[in-house]
Amino acid sequence: MAVQKLPLAKAINESLRKALETDPKVLLMGEDIGKLGGVFRVTDGLQKDFGEDRVIDTPLAESGIVGTAIGLALRGYRPVVEIQFDGFVFPAYDQIVTQLAKMHARSLGKVKLPVVIRIPYGGGIGAVEHHSESPEALFAHVAGLKVISPSNSQDAYWMLQQAIQSDDPVIYFEPKRRYWDKSDVDTDAIPAPLHSARTLRQGTDLTLVAYGPMVKVCLEAAAAAEEEGKSIEVLDLRSMSPIDFDSIQASVERTGRLVVVHEAPVFYGSGAEIAARITERCFYHLESPVLRVGGFHAPYPPARLEEEYLPGLDRVLDAVDRSLAY
Amino acid sequence: MTVESTAARTPRRTSGGKRAGGKTATKAAKTAQAQAAEPELVQLLTPEGKRVEHPDYAIDLSADELRGLYKDMVLTRQFDAEAIALQRQGELGLWPSLLGQEAAQIGSGRATKDDDYVFPTYREHGVAWCRGVEPKNLLGMFRGVNNGGWDPNSNNFHLYTIVIGSQALHATGYAMGITKDGADSAVVAYFGDGASSQGDVMEGFNFAAVYNAPVVFFCQNNQWAISEGNEKQFRVPLFQRAQGFGFPGVRVDGNDVLAVLAVTRAALERARRGEGPMLIEAFTYRMGAHTTSDDPTKYRRDEEREAWEAKDPILRLRTYLLAEGLADEAFFSELEAESEAFGKKVREAVRSMEDPDMMAIFENVYADGSALVDEERAQFAAYQASFADGEGK
Repeated sequence: MAVQKLPLAKAINESLRKALETDPKVLLMGEDIGKLGGVFRVTDGLQKDFGEDRVIDTPLAESGIVGTAIGLALRGYRPVVEIQFDGFVFPAYDQIVTQLAKMHARSLGKVKLPVVIRIPYGGGIGAVEHHSESPEALFAHVAGLKVISPSNSQDAYWMLQQAIQSDDPVIYFEPKRRYWDKSDVDTDAIPAPLHSARTLRQGTDLTLVAYGPMVKVCLEAAAAAEEEGKSIEVLDLRSMSPIDFDSIQASVERTGRLVVVHEAPVFYGSGAEIAARITERCFYHLESPVLRVGGFHAPYPPARLEEEYLPGLDRVLDAVDRSLAY
Repeated sequence: MTVESTAARTPRRTSGGKRAGGKTATKAAKTAQAQAAEPELVQLLTPEGKRVEHPDYAIDLSADELRGLYKDMVLTRQFDAEAIALQRQGELGLWPSLLGQEAAQIGSGRATKDDDYVFPTYREHGVAWCRGVEPKNLLGMFRGVNNGGWDPNSNNFHLYTIVIGSQALHATGYAMGITKDGADSAVVAYFGDGASSQGDVMEGFNFAAVYNAPVVFFCQNNQWAISEGNEKQFRVPLFQRAQGFGFPGVRVDGNDVLAVLAVTRAALERARRGEGPMLIEAFTYRMGAHTTSDDPTKYRRDEEREAWEAKDPILRLRTYLLAEGLADEAFFSELEAESEAFGKKVREAVRSMEDPDMMAIFENVYADGSALVDEERAQFAAYQASFADGEGK
């Protein structure tokens, strides 16, 4: 049975299982990923089936995990590393930025670093601090890294397959609050190119671009706007580095208006980059300035405020209204 | 009253104990202090060039092998001197000299086998020599024509790592891979006394211990991390730190090429047998500046350097070779000529290195390519082409 309805977390689990089955060089590494199956159970059952040698519980040291994954990759392995939470990646940031991202270029292409770093990210689960952050721009800014995020189970499965097969380091951001959302996974599908955006809903008045956890919010916003007679196109960006500007451009050339939505703070965020590039490409097509909806230049708030803090239906619609008002 | 008996009175007054007891306690404290200051190190060739035995580390080398080690050290020092001169002449932007560390590097480098893997810092020119890396390749990044530029897998010698201590983890991961492959090779992770303060080195120790990885942590304690001496980096002799991680550590006379070779061979053999990691602290001295941009007169005294010059690694082997009749004057004069010719070759190689093309920076950013890089490459090419001479300069 090729098509199954799976929660996003289970789709990742199935994708990891498939990778472990098909390539003996694939290894999983991380904290508590073995017997426990990870704090979100994403790796549930994998150590039992593939052994401690391939599903490796590591010491509690993120730099150590990524640093040794680099060494394993140099030896010919394809490590898939789990960072337990977004806010815990920073001890590894040095290894990722100064070593992992640059080694291929430094060797003039002689060595490859096929390392995937999985990071559950974003808010909405009522967690304590350092458990709800969206640091994707901090990685997208670094040449040598590829940065992606699925919004649904099908992409979660296939984008991870493609990331593991890639010879480049890939940061795979998992929208943790969508872990339990179920949707169809076709394991026989032919996946779209990894760094292509996907049009999820066609419209004529305005383009909404989002990725990861915000895609669902944007689809709901578009549906609500339709009731008010507004036709909104929704693009799932899927890849934050590189960005499929061609698809955004093609959409904006038709709609003339663009709103980018992400949980991460808007200041220096993905939305800023998209706004700049699309303004260059579509200057004469734009009917209004590119607007952004996202987080604020303040630490992620305590959980009791996150519903208000995170971009929701109303904040997206507010930006849509402001854009259409020009 | 003597000084000694004055000191001995203190415990009698405070504890009411016997004078003799107080004296013993003081003596023990003094001995402990002396040990803490200078822990025993493995030595097989004294600074005066005398062969001595060590209960744990024996070595038996032929005259050929001994002359080979000498030659390696002389050529390495020559290479280093050329590089410093080339920097002074503006041919290199920077050079981190290994002067004084030749024995630590040649001894450990010669202990490795072809299928072992080495992860260096940026000062392992002697180790690179042992691994067979083309000397010219070491100079490219210091000339500014590349950021590494050799194929690490050609000689199992990884790129120089400039961020201090990062490579300890790469070495450990690589060693974990060796274990998974069921291979019987081993890894050497080089680092210095300064790097011992880095978390990555500690994490490397711990991962290696937990996974019993075949990696030898080789610390060249050259006494100085740029301007900061050992007392600013640690309070416990470095080699002793291994014990806390659950593997052995040993301090070796880093200016004694025979001892370094013997100890590193033993540690690598141990690793290959599956007995896990080991820490070697090669006690040596950075005779020169940290790099050509550094000025050691600001932070250390000439007397210190002079004291270490008396322990020079090359001089002591020369003394030994001559005293034992293992090399004659012809050997030394031939080596001198070879060394000069080698220096000339290095100079010519550096001067003939061409600047890279700007378009090269867009290559190898990604193994699988990137639309973003392609776009920026095309934009820059168009910009360049917009100039009359097509060069954009």
